[in-house]
Amino acid sequence: MRISKMHFKNTTFFVLLLFVLSSCSSSRSIDQVYINDGEMILSVRKIEKSEVSFQLYREGASGATGGKSSGGCGCN
Amino acid sequence: MLKLSLHTLFILFLSLQMFSQSFKLDSTQTYGKRSLKFEEANIVSSYYQQDGNHSAITGGIGTEKLTDVANVIDFKLSYNNGKGKKYYFGGDIGIDYYTSASSDKIDTQVSSASSSDVRVYPSLNYSVENEKTGFVKGGTLAFSNEYDYFSVGGGYHITKTSRNKNTEFGARANIFLDTYRQIVASEFRANLPSRQQRKGEIGNAPRNTFDLSMTLSQIISKKFQMALTFDLSYQNGLLSTPFHRVYMNDGSLLRENLPDKRFKIPVGVRANYFLGEKMIIRSFYRYYMDDWGMKAHTFQMELPYKISSFYSITPFYRFHTQTAIDYFAPKEKNVAGSTYYSSDFDLSGFDSHFYGLGVRYTPFKIIAGLFAVSQLELRGGLYNRTDGLNAAMVSLHVQCKGF
Repeated sequence: MRISKMHFKNTTFFVLLLFVLSSCSSSRSIDQVYINDGEMILSVRKIEKSEVSFQLYREGASGATGGKSSGGCGCN
Repeated sequence: MLKLSLHTLFILFLSLQMFSQSFKLDSTQTYGKRSLKFEEANIVSSYYQQDGNHSAITGGIGTEKLTDVANVIDFKLSYNNGKGKKYYFGGDIGIDYYTSASSDKIDTQVSSASSSDVRVYPSLNYSVENEKTGFVKGGTLAFSNEYDYFSVGGGYHITKTSRNKNTEFGARANIFLDTYRQIVASEFRANLPSRQQRKGEIGNAPRNTFDLSMTLSQIISKKFQMALTFDLSYQNGLLSTPFHRVYMNDGSLLRENLPDKRFKIPVGVRANYFLGEKMIIRSFYRYYMDDWGMKAHTFQMELPYKISSFYSITPFYRFHTQTAIDYFAPKEKNVAGSTYYSSDFDLSGFDSHFYGLGVRYTPFKIIAGLFAVSQLELRGGLYNRTDGLNAAMVSLHVQCKGF
């Protein structure tokens, strides 16, 4: 119990330190052309919608794709 | 193991945030006039077919031949109130038509062509963005209907973007309240009242799903961004399929029976990197575990390559491996007297490989001065599962944008 409390305190301290240090970094304007490219999207793209559906039905594991995890039977 | 992995991922993510460059976008806020705008519309059509020899309907042996044609249309409108708030209204409707050879075996007494059905799934969504604070909140209402299954779902989501727009946190909660019209296989209809015998219907049963999803996204550099997603999903109600047969090791035939609760924890990481000027590395990893004993790893990589400013090609590969749930066994391997049992190979242990190619064309061709065709994409792939299930899929996406 003491060890886990100590571990929790250390982790919390480390996380807070990271946030504080990260907020100290300098700001500058940049070109967002790469980040805004349609292929750089950080989620499932529209064309993958049906792929994600069949993978949801054909595999026991699902989720963490930003899509819904129910709403259809898929029991065939 | 999971605890350690999550902890490590969290620390890794924060470390990346610390060492990431901080970019300040133009902070001058200009709020325009009140206006209603057509944002975009998408049409996605796909064709899917599969075959294998482990249908759960016939007890873990028999054809899994299935075809599915899916069409989804969505649209999105926005309204700017001129005071720093933007309202988004959207909707979509999907229609699937599928044929399934194994569904035809639910009733072995009646011979017919492959069983077929249509699934219709409309949804509506709404959100409000505060351009001053970078805070977005919104809701979704969704329905799905097919012959033996009806679903109604609702969701609420929030997103907060940091002032410099490099960090974004999103949380989404969804509830699906599904109703299962239970149909049993022909061998289990003998004791039913005569008017229920033909269809084998034994009444409705609920299946409820409660999802919570949290995503932290971070721009690491001008060419690199990542997202960490943590989901919690809880299901209760009828989680087995009433017409799945299970042949026990004593030769008896039973209906599939699974626990009425399931708790799932998937954790995913996405990392996208612009390599040089023409190639992007899109990657995704997911670890999954649930309280039915399944553990899974999924890894996907795509390499979009820009041939010109209008065309790009995207080869992709996805690998998935999962362990079987505690209640799975093939035909005649489930132990007689067990409380829970299934011969559904979707819940068995296997590896799968999904690979293919996409071609994307971004013309931005203006039609009648109303909207622009902004994207055409064709994507096809082959899917192989180590238990012998093979599938192929092709999808077409057309996107139109307002301007």
